Amino acid sequence: MNLRGNVTKIAIRGVLTFGLVCLIWLAWVATRGSGIALAADPTGLGGTADVAIDYVWILVCAFLVMFMQPGFAMVGAGFTRAKNAGNFMTKNLMDFVIGSLTFFFVGYALMMGGDWHGLWGTEGWLMLGDYYDVDKYLSMFWMLVFCGTAATIVAGAVAERLKFKAYLIYSVVVCAIIYPIYGHWVWGGGWLSNLPLGVGAVDFAGSGAVHAVGGFVALAGAIVLGPRFGRYDKNGKPRAIPGHSITLAALGVFILWFGWFGFNPGSTFNAHHLRIAIIAVNTNLAAAAGGLSALLISRWRTGKWDIGMLLNGILAGLVAVTAPCAWVEGWAAIVIGLIGGVLMYASVKFLEAKGVDDPVGAVSVHGACGLWGLLSVGFFADGTYGNYSIEAPYITGLFYGGGGEQLLAQFISVAVVVAWAFGTGYLTFKLMDKAFGIRVSPEEELQGLDIPEHGTPAYPDFLAMPK
Amino acid sequence: MKKIEAIIRVERFEEVKEALKGLSYPGMTKTLVEGHGKQKGLTQQFRGTTFEVEFTPKVKLEIVVLDEDVPQMLSVITRSARTGETGDGKIFVLPVESVVRIRTGDRDESAI
Repeated sequence: MNLRGNVTKIAIRGVLTFGLVCLIWLAWVATRGSGIALAADPTGLGGTADVAIDYVWILVCAFLVMFMQPGFAMVGAGFTRAKNAGNFMTKNLMDFVIGSLTFFFVGYALMMGGDWHGLWGTEGWLMLGDYYDVDKYLSMFWMLVFCGTAATIVAGAVAERLKFKAYLIYSVVVCAIIYPIYGHWVWGGGWLSNLPLGVGAVDFAGSGAVHAVGGFVALAGAIVLGPRFGRYDKNGKPRAIPGHSITLAALGVFILWFGWFGFNPGSTFNAHHLRIAIIAVNTNLAAAAGGLSALLISRWRTGKWDIGMLLNGILAGLVAVTAPCAWVEGWAAIVIGLIGGVLMYASVKFLEAKGVDDPVGAVSVHGACGLWGLLSVGFFADGTYGNYSIEAPYITGLFYGGGGEQLLAQFISVAVVVAWAFGTGYLTFKLMDKAFGIRVSPEEELQGLDIPEHGTPAYPDFLAMPK
Repeated sequence: MKKIEAIIRVERFEEVKEALKGLSYPGMTKTLVEGHGKQKGLTQQFRGTTFEVEFTPKVKLEIVVLDEDVPQMLSVITRSARTGETGDGKIFVLPVESVVRIRTGDRDESAI
């Protein structure tokens, strides 16, 4: 017991010391050539009306994306039990707290700070020097709210049993390394975006860079943790553990649906691309189609109009259309959403049969449908919109005579995101597990994490807690 | 004196209460309880997967009446609480040894 306690203490001190050393080093590197270079414009001198419209558009959309944080929090809390609701809220708040700081310190530099051999960025640490600039800050804020989304997706899959401490460390790793590096590969001028196939791998608003990254780190976490007590009976037959509030979960889905109108249309990063109208409609159509197909398949398979499946189906449609939303027609968005809903259902059943316990369905919604979203660009892109540009080269998929090149580029991106996110996620959770054990004690799990981890139940005077 | 303990469906409570109006009984106590009978609970589903609810919510009514009022009470409760489906509940009749009205100190039948 003592030995284990000491190992834990040493591990935590090691991580903290390492973090501190890194920060000091970064500050030193960043300020070495200090004195603000001429290129930087921290004042905002270029504020013509044209530029201002873009800034307002991007910032308003970014605020909408930030508001997806409470959406995720409500979905996750609603789908899990009241005895863990306070813990779930704390984790959801802390991944954005940690993400906001970490991504500002190192994440943005790795993701968007130039390019080193197509692998990662090397400048802009702490947004100092040339990066103290209105354009850079705008871009940093945009990428940060996406980073927060990727980080918070994992909370649902590891809910009700992951130690709070482990969640804090995981949040640092995902916001400092896992999200920025793959983000660099597709969005920061890295190697995936420069594949000599089609226009290179593309991912308009982040089916892969945000959702599949979150989804596959989530899968790694759920596998390392193992299922919750009571999720499988003595014979290994799965049994559901119902969440404590369908009302909160539905509110969360409405909030996410709304937030997605910032997530996707805002990803033009330009208010002058009138394509934003098409993107907004496509986003909405896929959400509706995903919800409908998931509801119908659950009615067919179980005889019930399953509300949980409807909610996740809407999210599945949204995740799937996130990569293709700017490049497809409305009918294609519907097809992409319909397939997303069915894929999510199949994935939930598959994971359940394989003994993976994902309390809210995050892996199926964000992982499986994120991959489908990436692939769907290669099929449905119709050659009417460019690479974040209204000018050629336009992106054309298999069904519009573009041949298989773009599809192949998308397929490579799929394989890479699975390997990268699952691999780094697995390593992160496994190393933490070896160092101090990432799962709470059986007693704590049965009691619920609210009181042992945080000292207070979420509903002290409102709900009777079952003994 | 007898105590009638009726465990009935939550959604039949209003029906039973209305049916009992006008009958001779002094008062009733209602408790929300959880339990199961021979059918051993029921199956529900969440996000596409089923789970067993062993203890389902029921209403327990407790009414103390004179011996001669028991048959009528039983037939009214039975009729108004019944749906004909599994899970309609049960009624137990127990002997009551003594009753005290706290305000006046009245005893037994005069206290009912």
